[in-house]
Amino acid sequence: MDFKYSADGLFDEMFLQEGDCREHYQMYKKWLSDMSSNQFQLKQQEADLLFHRLGITFNVYGEDSGVERLIPFDTVPRIIPGNEWTMVQAGVKQRVSALNHFLYDIYHDKRIIDAGLIPEEQVFANEQYQPCMQGVDLPGNIYTHIAGVDLIKDDKGDYYVLEDNLRTPSGVSYMLENRKMMMRLFPELFSKHSVASIDHYPSLLLKTLKESTSILNPCVVVLTPGRFNSAYFEHAFLAQQMGVELVEGRDLFVKDSYIYMRTTNGPVRVDVIYRRLDDEFLDPLTFNAGSMLGVAGLASVYRDGHVVLANAIGSGVADDKSIYPYVPDMIRFYLDEEPILKNVPTWQCRKPDDLAYALENLEKLVVKEVHGAGGYGMLIGPRASTQEIEKFRIQLINNPSNYIAQPTLSLSSSPTFVNGGLAPRHIDLRPFLLTGKDSYLVPGGLTRVALKEGSLVVNSSQGGGTKDTWVLEEEVC
Amino acid sequence: MLSRTASELYWMARYLERAENTARMMDVAFTVSMMPNIYVAQEELSAQLKISGCYDLFRSKYEEINTHNVMQFFSLDESNPSSIYNCISSARDNAKSVRGKISSETWEAINVSWIELQAIKQKGKIWEVNAFFDWVKERSHVFRGSVYSTGLRNDAFRFIRLGTFLERAGNTARILDVKNQIVRQDRETESVEYYRWNAVLKSLGAYEAYREIYGDRITPEHVAELLILREEVPRSIRACLEAINDILSGIEGIVGKVPKRLAAVQYARVKYGDSHHIFEETGLHEYLTDCLNRMSAIAESIHVAYMEAV
Repeated sequence: MDFKYSADGLFDEMFLQEGDCREHYQMYKKWLSDMSSNQFQLKQQEADLLFHRLGITFNVYGEDSGVERLIPFDTVPRIIPGNEWTMVQAGVKQRVSALNHFLYDIYHDKRIIDAGLIPEEQVFANEQYQPCMQGVDLPGNIYTHIAGVDLIKDDKGDYYVLEDNLRTPSGVSYMLENRKMMMRLFPELFSKHSVASIDHYPSLLLKTLKESTSILNPCVVVLTPGRFNSAYFEHAFLAQQMGVELVEGRDLFVKDSYIYMRTTNGPVRVDVIYRRLDDEFLDPLTFNAGSMLGVAGLASVYRDGHVVLANAIGSGVADDKSIYPYVPDMIRFYLDEEPILKNVPTWQCRKPDDLAYALENLEKLVVKEVHGAGGYGMLIGPRASTQEIEKFRIQLINNPSNYIAQPTLSLSSSPTFVNGGLAPRHIDLRPFLLTGKDSYLVPGGLTRVALKEGSLVVNSSQGGGTKDTWVLEEEVC
Repeated sequence: MLSRTASELYWMARYLERAENTARMMDVAFTVSMMPNIYVAQEELSAQLKISGCYDLFRSKYEEINTHNVMQFFSLDESNPSSIYNCISSARDNAKSVRGKISSETWEAINVSWIELQAIKQKGKIWEVNAFFDWVKERSHVFRGSVYSTGLRNDAFRFIRLGTFLERAGNTARILDVKNQIVRQDRETESVEYYRWNAVLKSLGAYEAYREIYGDRITPEHVAELLILREEVPRSIRACLEAINDILSGIEGIVGKVPKRLAAVQYARVKYGDSHHIFEETGLHEYLTDCLNRMSAIAESIHVAYMEAV
């Protein structure tokens, strides 16, 4: 393919500023130069058709229920060299380990608060903090069995953590399906590159879930809110890949302080629940009384240690944006190590000085809701109109503790197939860490790409797409 | 297996079978309604409304019973719960809820039917009537073929098959009953009667079987015998009950005694049934009514035993 490509002052994953191709993309570039734009277009269409037929879709909230969309898939892979991955892996493991220590601590001894590193009210007044978890001992003290850490690169190519996802991080099914699609569309590429395999993720997930309890041969299930949930495809996919039941709340019930599922051969006891349901919907008796999705009495069975939930109830407090600024300190405090991955500098608007700075610099900053997710309710200063900024200014003054502000990071770009050619589009990366007896990070992750020119919002609910993510295995000499 | 999963699989199969049955009946009704005898054409269309039990619903929506309205009502009309559009959509909803329990090819077969149906619906009405019904039948074959050739022989497979055969048996019984009543009421000429029974056979895909077994002359007794008692006819009540009985006895566990017993009893009644007895002593309508009641009881007991378990 003949392409004009300019990285435009950004850090591009494939090309240097001078237009030379980076080492780890050389082979791909060579292959690409033999492809015509037309051939590429056809492959792209084939991918869309297949995803549609297979029903690999997500539901968009706020539209009619039952509206299903494809997540746009870009056929240009994002390639990560092996040595870079080694650093990412160590950094993610370190970070999630510290967050897990933090969760144990705040529901037990509260050492980090006594040490004065995090203000008490930041933790205990947090909506995601669950007092019912105080003093509850979990098997292996594990809270975050499955974690997704969102990473971006700045204009120098340094990795930063944008946010931690410890509640019900989604996207791993797209990681797996994207790889399958790439192998189907371009098998020859995989004979030219030694791409690290990721297809063992479901078996590692099952192993992690089984290890989360002391029971031998535990009965594991995936709990979904149902087929109207935006990530329903993933729930069904993971249950099927692990060979376990996909249950809804109405399939489960509590009897004599244990959880059972209704089956065609009578009740069957459930030992481990990989729940894809937020805390507040889990149990109408303990949390949101109006929830039709949960199981009455589940929380008390859980506290008695008769069932394992992955992730633990109350994990959300650790991935809250108001706690985020403290993660580097947590790493030093619990692990006595220096953080491997950087945090984005963050102004906490609840602090008067930080608020004043944010208000003065709104046009330069990204402002986010503390509890927000999915790219909703945020302001990107440099891209916003004067009216939008002024509207946000009022919200910020009215409720400062609901917001944090961060500098606008440029996000690295990756070549992406748009309008019959390659163009740079911004990307991020979400690798998935599993924590059981050991921790595992499958070499890859979900690369999300902002398909609109110049856009920095990669969320699928906001028109973002995905790419296959390749981690290259080091050449064995 | 989860009770809910069993229920979704069972209904998925029932809806798809219902879509196919509707397509088969409509296909034949469309052809008959093109006949020059207006009265026969009209009767044929209203018979369809009676068989599917939605005569009143139709009358509340459409002024006139004519070919166009009836075809629309049974194909794409969303207000008709048993329209082909609704059956395929419901089946796809069920399939989506249990997509991990069916093979990916079976899921894809259903999902593609649904995607193509959306495209057909976009056009507002079906333009090539016979081609549309052929399409429905074909999609049904693809579904069944994928279940047969890619599905694990486990309880998921059994509940899918149970749904298929219960729906099919009920359909055969209803078609026979409604057509038989029309023939009896109207005391039609031999040629009209011939058309009627001919249509029944064709809509159940049994016309060739009839010719093969009984030769040219079509008599009501033979049609009924073929469609009730012959084991080699795939849509006969007997063949369906044999399958239901087999499938139920293959489901392990102790909770299903009632449906297993009811199915075994009803299968025996039909297997050792006698057409002379049905016609001369019981009466065809009475026999079919009893048969439909018993099959409802089997379906009901399957729900209670497996799908509403506590």
